[in-house]
Amino acid sequence: MPADPVGASKPRALQAADPAADFDRLNRDWYIDKAVQIAVFIGGISAIVFIIGIFVFISKEGFGFLLGEFSFKEFFLSPNWRPTSEGNPTYGILALIAGTASVTGLAMLVAIPFSLGAAVFIAEFASGKTREYLKVTVELLAAIPSVVWGFIGLAIMNPIIIQTFNVPIGLNVLNAGVILGLMAAPIMTSIAEDALKAVPDRYREAAEAMGATRWQVIYKVVLPAARNGLLGAVLLGVGRGFGETMAVLMATGHSINIPTSIFDSVRALTATIAAELGETAVGSDHYEALFTIGIFLFVVTFIINLTADLVVRGVRRG
Amino acid sequence: MVTATPDTSEGAASMALPKLQVTDLSIRYGGTAALSDVNLEVREHEIFGIIGPANAGKTSFLKAVNRMDLFNPDMEVGGEVRFNGVDTSRIRNVYGLRRRIGVVFPLPVGLPLSIYDNVALAPRLAGQKDPAELDVIVERCLQRAALWDEVKDRLDSLGSLLSGGQQQRLTIARALSQEPELLMLDEFSIAVDPVTTMRIEDVLKELRQEITIILVTNLVQQARRLADRTAFFLEGRCVEIGATEDLFTGEVRDARTRDYVEGRFG
Repeated sequence: MPADPVGASKPRALQAADPAADFDRLNRDWYIDKAVQIAVFIGGISAIVFIIGIFVFISKEGFGFLLGEFSFKEFFLSPNWRPTSEGNPTYGILALIAGTASVTGLAMLVAIPFSLGAAVFIAEFASGKTREYLKVTVELLAAIPSVVWGFIGLAIMNPIIIQTFNVPIGLNVLNAGVILGLMAAPIMTSIAEDALKAVPDRYREAAEAMGATRWQVIYKVVLPAARNGLLGAVLLGVGRGFGETMAVLMATGHSINIPTSIFDSVRALTATIAAELGETAVGSDHYEALFTIGIFLFVVTFIINLTADLVVRGVRRG
Repeated sequence: MVTATPDTSEGAASMALPKLQVTDLSIRYGGTAALSDVNLEVREHEIFGIIGPANAGKTSFLKAVNRMDLFNPDMEVGGEVRFNGVDTSRIRNVYGLRRRIGVVFPLPVGLPLSIYDNVALAPRLAGQKDPAELDVIVERCLQRAALWDEVKDRLDSLGSLLSGGQQQRLTIARALSQEPELLMLDEFSIAVDPVTTMRIEDVLKELRQEITIILVTNLVQQARRLADRTAFFLEGRCVEIGATEDLFTGEVRDARTRDYVEGRFG
């Protein structure tokens, strides 16, 4: 045993005269820690505050309609959206729902193969420079404003569709679906690529070491492992398609229709709000009906996100 | 350096092709040499041990055998590796080569599939579709890897959620499910408890009847227990190859081998 009792040779600074008192002293680090905690708490909680605020606001504006003119049957099951009719205004959004659904559906048919293909190529096959260039390009594509896409639909796609398919009007489900699909694809690619990149390389190596080919590795190991993220990418695309306004306003033809072919013009829920809200008197039935559409959009988006969340959790539990 | 193949029974021994014949193998990673001038051969149905400290090039050696250099553009392989007499650098379908060589990595890799699918993956890749056959293969491989009793009631749960030691045994089961001609184990016991290690070692001894095994290990006693012949790798060179017993009884050509085996390395 050393002659020196342990601790006697400790530096002066580490020896507190009264250790208990030292534990109660709040120093600068303590205050900074508290301040940061509060700041990030406010940041975190603000998302909930805003979402509740928005919901309360649109509910309040649409509430009068819900209590008065609103009839569930007419609202959801009638294709007649005639809010400005002098004698007998009708507020049926069935045709608008059909418009949004058909355009979003077609957009996903376009976007899912493109974006998943691009993501698999970037994450699994491309390397070095190719990969960097592709990533930057995809990000650039994602940054194109929706009005530019709408313009492309109006000015480029429109005449092409008229000529190719020999139809009277090129502003229709096909046009808007393709535009919306191309628009949603880059962001879906980014998310899907992140999901694929998050699959550890050791999985790929282990599978390849067993003699799996590149495609077998992707198909049997990487895609199942990235399933949640890929599903997230697709749902984000659906949400994007559902909520997109300007491009669909410009490319759908904006005429109320339940489409029977992809060459029919339609009108989307979002585009209706955007186009009409400015012309209505605040507090009128028409104004409130538009807000009711807003509530509907809000609820549907909420359900899509909730479903995504539940599905992802369910997958994780298994 | 040359491996002296002792001529035991002239006819049979010289006629039998070595499982693996390595000539002047060197491996570089972006200009830095990891392994130089390795010459050795691994015979059919032997357990060939490779011992040596970290950075000796043991893992790189295994990677070269399995053509894993294709994963890493920095990895350059020189010299010649012949598997069953075929130069592996000239093989066009490396997947076919890899299917005949099982590898167990030092860190367990349970693929994010069910336990069953982990083990059934290789047979499925090889075209086995019959569920009954797959059941038999999965059970046999899990038995051999000493994992069956622990997981037989939950073959559907994710392989990547098993504990480290269980994942390592799952990895071994997966390698066995390939029915490889050559099994390469890279420090397989690193995450496995001693009792299970001994069980797996017993399985390896049995497997010697059927296949050839290369056992890279940090535990010199493990090499002594299992390997017929052992190579000592040091700083990217193969310092010594000999019958395992000779290495441990001091019959060595290089004094460093004796120091390492006896734990006096410094």
